[in-house]
Amino acid sequence: MELSVLEHGKAGSSSAGGCSSSSCGSTDDQLSHLPDSIRAKVQNHPCYSEEAHHYFARMHVAVAPACNIQCHYCNRKYDCANESRPGVVSEVLTPDQAVKKVKAVAATIPQMTVLGIAGPGDPLANPQRTFETFRQLTEQAPDIKLCVSTNGLALPDCVEELAKHNIDHVTITINCVDPKIGAKIYPWIYWNNKRIRGVKAAEILIRQQQKGLEMLVERGILVKVNSVMIPGVNDEHLKEVSRIVKEKGAFLHNVMPLIAEAEHGTFYGVMGQRSPDPEELQDLQDSCAGDMNMMRHCRQCRADAVGMLGEDRGDEFTLEKIEQMDIDYEAAMVKRAAVQASIMEELDEKAAQKARLANVSVPSLTEGRISRNYRSVQMAVATNGGGLINEHFGHAREFLIYEASPEGVRFIGHRKVDQFCVGNDSCGEKESALSGSIRALKGCEAVLCSKIGFEPWSDLEAAGIHPNGEHAMEPIEEAVMAVYQEMIAAGRLNGEKALFQANA
Amino acid sequence: MALKIVESCVNCWACVDVCPSDAITQGSAHFQIVTSKCTECDGDYAEQQCASICPVEGAILLADGMPANPPGSLTGIPPERLAEAMNEIQAR
Ligand code: SF4
Ligand code: SF4
Repeated sequence: MELSVLEHGKAGSSSAGGCSSSSCGSTDDQLSHLPDSIRAKVQNHPCYSEEAHHYFARMHVAVAPACNIQCHYCNRKYDCANESRPGVVSEVLTPDQAVKKVKAVAATIPQMTVLGIAGPGDPLANPQRTFETFRQLTEQAPDIKLCVSTNGLALPDCVEELAKHNIDHVTITINCVDPKIGAKIYPWIYWNNKRIRGVKAAEILIRQQQKGLEMLVERGILVKVNSVMIPGVNDEHLKEVSRIVKEKGAFLHNVMPLIAEAEHGTFYGVMGQRSPDPEELQDLQDSCAGDMNMMRHCRQCRADAVGMLGEDRGDEFTLEKIEQMDIDYEAAMVKRAAVQASIMEELDEKAAQKARLANVSVPSLTEGRISRNYRSVQMAVATNGGGLINEHFGHAREFLIYEASPEGVRFIGHRKVDQFCVGNDSCGEKESALSGSIRALKGCEAVLCSKIGFEPWSDLEAAGIHPNGEHAMEPIEEAVMAVYQEMIAAGRLNGEKALFQANA
Repeated sequence: MALKIVESCVNCWACVDVCPSDAITQGSAHFQIVTSKCTECDGDYAEQQCASICPVEGAILLADGMPANPPGSLTGIPPERLAEAMNEIQAR
């Protein structure tokens, strides 16, 4: 795969140092194809690098409450502590409070590399609050990368300012390039001192988004495009969106599933618009991928999320708690640098190791030890970081999904166990956590975890998913490959269909 | 005459930033319009700015007491459908 998104000539040749991606040897290999200058920007960014998200942490500060558009999947009235999705926060901060919080978090979690402003409204519809926060952080925490995400409406007006604050990553949410489709997603925008509706509004929004994208690329600022997949509205259309943003120079395209529940009070939720199935999402991600980087590890974080992707330690850093912390900022920065350098070293070592492994195993594949005739298999993995199988099945709140095939192992996504709710009494859904996990694992034939109880074991087997606790503490991809080879050895992958019974 | 913000306001700050008369302040529970300062945007804009950006139906009242953005006008959800959905959720 060559990444034509980036400068054509350089893309293939600059990756001499082997593969640093965790999906090495697969077609989804993200970082190894990038020019060194860009790799340096993203290799420790959990939102851009699939590998980095196992090791590095990010946080969002909610300094941007105002918004200038309405999306049918958003409802500004809703705030529930159990909710985890964009647009939701528990408390809005002033820039001063936000800076304090960032410094406290970065002192407590030395893996923190990135600070993002993502809402709960649109950061660029709150230019003073957003840029004041960036300005202070550039001065006081210069080692932290800054990024921002936006709906794009105000983007062209802000590009200069963004460049000035040394923001090197911008995320634009682009759900369509066709105003007729846009009118089904955005009921209105606030533009030139008026509320504008329908196709006309969508036209303006799309124009601004595309212009903003072009301006950022011109200035060498990395752009990620987020799209929300809305079945029946823009699902087919997103392939075109992907093609266009890629042509214009976006670095990553991230297709996320619509989250729509009547409880959220959103237009889509109340009107019964369905969310995509994991399989549908994956198919669309596959067909949008082409020769472009697709991002599959996005967790659709809250606008005040703190910690590793998939976790939220926001509760440890309320304003009250921050007041009581005693922090030596200088020492914290030194510690961060040391911790992060040792993680990078570990990753480089792993990459080198992997390159050696690849040299050993690839020829044997072609010689027929793994015949190309075996079908691919999806497996779920329970992990709490570090790229290892180190989470108990029952504690996992999400699973990473990997696909093993004769070509190797590739990461294809993650599935949340309780996507909307932890199932306490104040919420509607009270489905048992176990059946929730099993539903989340649909399509997987094995689940790898550090440990698993007896009850889930038999339920999983009954659902045709083989529980496997034998690879505890092993690196994920090696373990997935080992299980795949065991399956082949056991004769389970002969022929088209799975041979083991679904209802044993 | 002046507009008024009522308790369904979610404190999103959007109106504060766009008011040409600096008439909107943070109240104890929600934002408030200082009656003596509000010009209804007369002379500045054809449309009242706070009412044009506010995302919450019913949060801002016009001078005559009617909601600037009545139910359904911003979300596009027909009010009957919303009531139905809320009943379904209650019944669970
Ligand atoms: S009507 Fe105009 S002047 Fe009055 S509060 Fe709203 S924005 Fe300000
Ligand atoms: S825009 Fe509406 S919801 Fe937001 S602060 Fe003003 S009145 Fe409240």
